[in-house]
Amino acid sequence: MKHIISVLVENEFGVLSRIASLFSGRGFNIESLTVAETEDKSISNMTIVTIGDDHIIEQITKQLNKLINVIKVVELTESVQMSREMVLLKFAVNSGPKRLELLRLVEVYQGRVLELGVRSLIVELTGERAKIEAALEVLAPFAIKEMSRTGMVALARDGKN
Amino acid sequence: MKEMSGAQILLEVLQEQGVEVIFGYPGGAVINLYDCLPDYSCRHFLVRHEQAAVHAADGYARATGKIGVALVTSGPGATNTVTGLATASMDSIPLVVFSGQVPTPLIGNDAFQEADIVGITRPCTKHNFLVKRVEDLERIINEAFHIAGSGRPGPVLIDLPKDVIVGKCAKKVATKPQLKGYNPNYAGHPGQIQRAMEVIFKAEKPVFYVGGGVVLGNAARELTELARALQIPVTTTLMGLGAFPEDDPLSLGMLGMHGTYRANMAVTKSDVLVALGARFDDRVTGRIDEFAADAQIIHVDIDPTSISKNVDVDIPIVGDITDVLGKMLELVKSAPAKAKACSAGHNAWLEEIARWRDQHKLSYQQDEIIKPQFVVEKIDELTAGKNPIISTEVGQNQMWAAQFFTFTQARSWLTSGGLGTMGYGLPAAMGAQVAFPERLVIDIAGDGSIQMNSQELATVVQYNLPVKVIILNNGYLGMVRQWQELFFDKHYSATTMDHAPDFVKLADAYGALGLRATRPAEVEPVLKEAFAHPGPVVVDIVVAAEENVYPMVPAGEAISNMLLV
Repeated sequence: MKHIISVLVENEFGVLSRIASLFSGRGFNIESLTVAETEDKSISNMTIVTIGDDHIIEQITKQLNKLINVIKVVELTESVQMSREMVLLKFAVNSGPKRLELLRLVEVYQGRVLELGVRSLIVELTGERAKIEAALEVLAPFAIKEMSRTGMVALARDGKN
Repeated sequence: MKEMSGAQILLEVLQEQGVEVIFGYPGGAVINLYDCLPDYSCRHFLVRHEQAAVHAADGYARATGKIGVALVTSGPGATNTVTGLATASMDSIPLVVFSGQVPTPLIGNDAFQEADIVGITRPCTKHNFLVKRVEDLERIINEAFHIAGSGRPGPVLIDLPKDVIVGKCAKKVATKPQLKGYNPNYAGHPGQIQRAMEVIFKAEKPVFYVGGGVVLGNAARELTELARALQIPVTTTLMGLGAFPEDDPLSLGMLGMHGTYRANMAVTKSDVLVALGARFDDRVTGRIDEFAADAQIIHVDIDPTSISKNVDVDIPIVGDITDVLGKMLELVKSAPAKAKACSAGHNAWLEEIARWRDQHKLSYQQDEIIKPQFVVEKIDELTAGKNPIISTEVGQNQMWAAQFFTFTQARSWLTSGGLGTMGYGLPAAMGAQVAFPERLVIDIAGDGSIQMNSQELATVVQYNLPVKVIILNNGYLGMVRQWQELFFDKHYSATTMDHAPDFVKLADAYGALGLRATRPAEVEPVLKEAFAHPGPVVVDIVVAAEENVYPMVPAGEAISNMLLV
């Protein structure tokens, strides 16, 4: 089962490596990991999406807590978090009916066109993971040339943590 | 304020931390540090290999309870510490290891003797640091000592670029380290402790399963008092040996793969298993779903990650072992009637255990060839009451020492339990002997593993550390040979050590006393001579080549399923 873990860490060199090597050394999975500074520049926030049963998730949170540079670990369950993911997509499409159809679909998913070229199109989509997955499924027939996903970022909703 | 170099700051802080001894090996990156070393009171012991520096600091730490310190140079000096750090990390031994590093502007340039030691040692240290500015050095050293010695202890490495060592700044007044993400919990939860005691009071077949945490937490006295008050039998892991006196009738000896029959049976049949500072290692549990399958499990540990890692625990208690056992003792004292009923209720259980004990005692057949177990028994007999420190190498020598020596004191047993590091025993013994020059320090070794760090004979001779190395010489890598005999149809692949040096001559070449015994009657006089000798001794004892360690639980089997003699 998928779990979202939010980790506050000291913003120091090597911290990302400690977390990554904890996961690889103990055989835990990372599905996605995002990290950036918080409002306090000495602290970074990581959102880790991982897969495992309750026993594994318990070990992951305990092992993360054990790292000296880790300040706080919160497991964000579906009901108490707001999460977003962004994806940039490049399509190889010429002008014509196919492009019009693609643009319509992008609109349905509230995507934005970032670049419109003669032979290609770059689109930004933002949303919950489920929405991104659904959009990708619908857009797949349009010959996606390149794709870059951010992985999930998440925050606990107010009063929930 | 007067400016000092990084080297001076480091040595000042070590002095403030009460460090008396450093084990080390110099090199280009730390030459400025070595230049200042003689100006300070801290004694430096020059080892012959950096791995041994870390093991010596480790042996010193295990024997004293203090934090061991080692100092090495960059590159190969640093990479040679890896096995020592991993050994200490697996056994939770507090160390601070300083490694030299190339100057900060050269880091990442593949400079001469550069190694990314912080990257390399990340998984085998409790924490590590690269000091980038001399201004951070003092704070980092104090943090390192705090991290190494508190909570679940462990090794910490500090990487020191040369420009940090020679750079100057003013030394500050020592302040207590402030670490946002590190605050180990010492006080056990009173409600959980109360719950645990209710279960223990009602238990009919309780067992205390005691690990190295009781030794590290200095809780042997509390454990002994509690076990005796409630008449609860005690088994220890390899790491826990010495936490409970083995001459007490409640002692079951060691459990696990080479544990005693009664210990493994008692744990298997127990209805309440109280794990104290132990971590349910696979060498202890064997097949996990049959380990204490009918027992309620109470687990006390300072490290939350140890709890419910390998087995599901009914009552977890996170806290310092002395604190928790102390609170348990208070509950026992406040309920004398309950405690009395509890201890009286264990008679049948203790009788059952006595029957297991009598059914299969640890044993061997002594004939015209020296049996290794006989040697350990002789060491035990000849050192009784002398409070010796025993170190071991790894393999059969280690298991026979664990089985046939009677451990009665905590911090008198130095062995690489978690990592199983051959070559650990001699340097660890050396470190313990530095701490206790008057005590008898004995390394029980094998002919294979002694060769992994035998160069340290030079160190013990140089500093006249009167370590006694007793080699149980069977001409084999005995434990692997035993597995090959039992599980690989006697296919002895690469386990024959038939080109070993003459250990008596080797001792002589280093300037130590070399002795040999080849017949059973020679064992006692040779050991007596060795123990009476004021300097380091190597005793080569030619033992039965194909003797096996029994009982043995085959890997992956339930611990009640033992191969007996």
